[in-house]
Amino acid sequence: MSTQSMSIQASSIEAEAAIEALTFDLQGETFALEAGMVREVLDLLPETVVPGSAPFVGAVINFRGRVVPLVDLRLAFDMDAAAPTIDSRIVVIEHELDGEPTLIGLRADKVHEVTSITHDTTEDAPRVGMSWRQDFIRRLARRGGDLIVIPDLEQIFAAKGRSSASITPITASQR
Amino acid sequence: MSGQDPVEIFRQEAQELFEEIEQGLLDLAHRPGDRDLVDAVFRGLHTLKGSGAMFGFDALAAFTHHCETAFDRVRKGEVAATSELVGAVLACQDHMRALAEGGAASEATGEMLLAELHRVVESAGQASSAEVAAAEPDLNTWRVRFSLPADALVNGTRPLPLLDELRELGDCQVTAVTDNIPDFDILVASECHLAWDVTLVTKHGRDAIEDVFIFVIDDMTLDIQAVGEASVEAAVVEKAVVEAAPSAAAPIAAPAKDEAPAAGEGRKAGGDTVRVPAERLDEMMDRVGELVIAQSRLKQLAASSSDIALRAVAEEIERLASEMRDTMMVVRMVPIAQLFGRFRRLIHDLARDTGKTIELSTEGEATELDKTVIERLADPLIHLIRNSADHGLETPEQRLAAGKSATGNIVLAARQSGAEVVITITDDGRGVDRARVRAKAEENGLIQPGQVLSDSDLLQLIFAPGFSTAAAITNLSGRGVGMDVVKRTIEGLRGSIELSSTPGEGSVVSLRIPLTLAIIDGLLVRVGTGRYVIPLSAVEECVELSVEQDMRSTGRSLITLRDQLVPFIRLRSLFATGLAPDPHQKVVVVAVGQERVGLVVDQILGDHQTVIKPLSSFHADVGTFSGATILGDGGVALILDIAHLVAAGQRSDAQLRAAS
Repeated sequence: MSTQSMSIQASSIEAEAAIEALTFDLQGETFALEAGMVREVLDLLPETVVPGSAPFVGAVINFRGRVVPLVDLRLAFDMDAAAPTIDSRIVVIEHELDGEPTLIGLRADKVHEVTSITHDTTEDAPRVGMSWRQDFIRRLARRGGDLIVIPDLEQIFAAKGRSSASITPITASQR
Repeated sequence: MSGQDPVEIFRQEAQELFEEIEQGLLDLAHRPGDRDLVDAVFRGLHTLKGSGAMFGFDALAAFTHHCETAFDRVRKGEVAATSELVGAVLACQDHMRALAEGGAASEATGEMLLAELHRVVESAGQASSAEVAAAEPDLNTWRVRFSLPADALVNGTRPLPLLDELRELGDCQVTAVTDNIPDFDILVASECHLAWDVTLVTKHGRDAIEDVFIFVIDDMTLDIQAVGEASVEAAVVEKAVVEAAPSAAAPIAAPAKDEAPAAGEGRKAGGDTVRVPAERLDEMMDRVGELVIAQSRLKQLAASSSDIALRAVAEEIERLASEMRDTMMVVRMVPIAQLFGRFRRLIHDLARDTGKTIELSTEGEATELDKTVIERLADPLIHLIRNSADHGLETPEQRLAAGKSATGNIVLAARQSGAEVVITITDDGRGVDRARVRAKAEENGLIQPGQVLSDSDLLQLIFAPGFSTAAAITNLSGRGVGMDVVKRTIEGLRGSIELSSTPGEGSVVSLRIPLTLAIIDGLLVRVGTGRYVIPLSAVEECVELSVEQDMRSTGRSLITLRDQLVPFIRLRSLFATGLAPDPHQKVVVVAVGQERVGLVVDQILGDHQTVIKPLSSFHADVGTFSGATILGDGGVALILDIAHLVAAGQRSDAQLRAAS
């Protein structure tokens, strides 16, 4: 998904038109991603841990012959990593990373249906009263009594995707 | 012919022509009198003009026409091919390139270049015109017999303009030889069976007559004989050039192809090659990669089955897949000459800009490398050569003062060594100034003032980000973004870079590049629960880590291997598996160049043909791994970056030595 269509998507939320979004749960919170960027929803796959990488992208999976990084959004929203359950899924999305369209797997505790979100049900994240980083959230949508978080993947990946500490002794000795 | 864009085809062709012309011109700078070179350049320009006009590149055709005209005078011997002239034509050629790319090539630039070319041609012409005028030759009579191949008309060669051109040289009597025309009922109208017998009285020499046929000479039969009062000189030339005087009765039967038999054969061989867009090869490579993965799955299935027939098929598929892989590798290989050729122009320009005299020589041009690798090597090599020319080589005066020849030498060499290609850039300049490197590094805070460093560590600083020793920033180098970018690019190719230098005698930069990027043979090992691949090309041997060695080596991680101490790295602690080690750990000894390091693993699983999959940019900064691969059971194994680990091992070893 190019940045251009990302911005189209962003503006389409702000416009009156409804967007189709896939909703999923992470530790009791509901998140939504535009359905267009979702490639596939997978059952859990064997994961390969990448030593030395940021915990946020600590592993890779084999997605149809391609090696795809596995992202844990929980770590962007101060949630604890949890053991997988029978409902756990991997949502594979296509997202532009450093100018390259990249397949990325997202962990989800449970995946719900695709739903439409209209602009009049969404609002900006409030500046106060939230423990989460405000720039990680693009919009908040209301549905019934629930709140759906539309995360700003761009910001999250930029902030969390880089490994903070490398385990290799090289960098240690270079200092 | 598939639906390829004709303009694109022209651009490809033009690209080759430009390279031919450029190489010819650069050679000409060394051997100004070489007629073959002059002809080659002229032919190149002529073809470029023709195909340019055909594909609608009118500006290019018009511009090229002027260059061709200018160069025609060189060919006729009216103007000497001075280095100034060569420089002017090279500049024009750059403009042509811009025109062919369809970019923003301004007309004013073109006119300026042409004016310059004109001026140079005039000044070069004056030097030799005196001689030309003095040597006004007498009228000679020549007998010219020629015939064209039967398919000449189909290929677009027309005999009439040839005859017209002969007429321009002097008085002509043309007789058509009709002996070889077949009977009417088997005559094919589109075939050419005529031969021509021309008696020509002209003041021009043999060369001028041969020039008439310059574009068709490879395929035709041509016989030129001086008649009557031919000068002695002409007779001598004729003896040397013409193989045998064919009898008048059968001028066609005896092909006098002595002009350029090699060129003719070369063309024939060229007809067997196919030009394929690179992305199709890439696609095919992907398919082969998938095949290799599927094959290793089949191999695992077959191994656990008792079905003999299945095992036989699996083995056959394994053999085929591995052959296919090897063939695919060869298809993607191109000689490095392609890359080296580009640098001759660079050196020419560098010599002009720096006022130094630089001689570039190349070795091992036939060494082959994967096409993608070659492309990605171009920029780093340009940078390294610039560095050598700018920082390494001294000015002619300085060189003479140091007791060296005025000409600085840069040697570009390539050779294959196992699964790697080693490329070296050697210069005989002043070498790296250690004191300046140190001062600069201290200034930039890369090292502490007075810090003790080994010589190789000191040289290594040149590759640190933001390092540049150029006192003044020149056009060529010294922006300080150089060597670290070079290093990163080379490491991105899974290669390594090394610098050695002797003060006063010069520097050598060695690059070690893997032959291919796509598939490697690997050793599959297990560390904790994770499986990792070590490129087999780097593996020297595997030994067991005995319990005593394991216990003893808590402080210093060293094992003795045939009287040599080799540092080792416990991958288990590096990867923080948090698991107890296996009772019988193994040490896989890997090497990069002379440096060796042992990697302690829990288990060696066996060899594995590995299709390298890149890691996403999320993991690009994890230096320990150069990629990933998919195993037979569908799991993912990470590929260890050996150069990185060896460097880490050597460094921690050096630190331990320093501390003890």
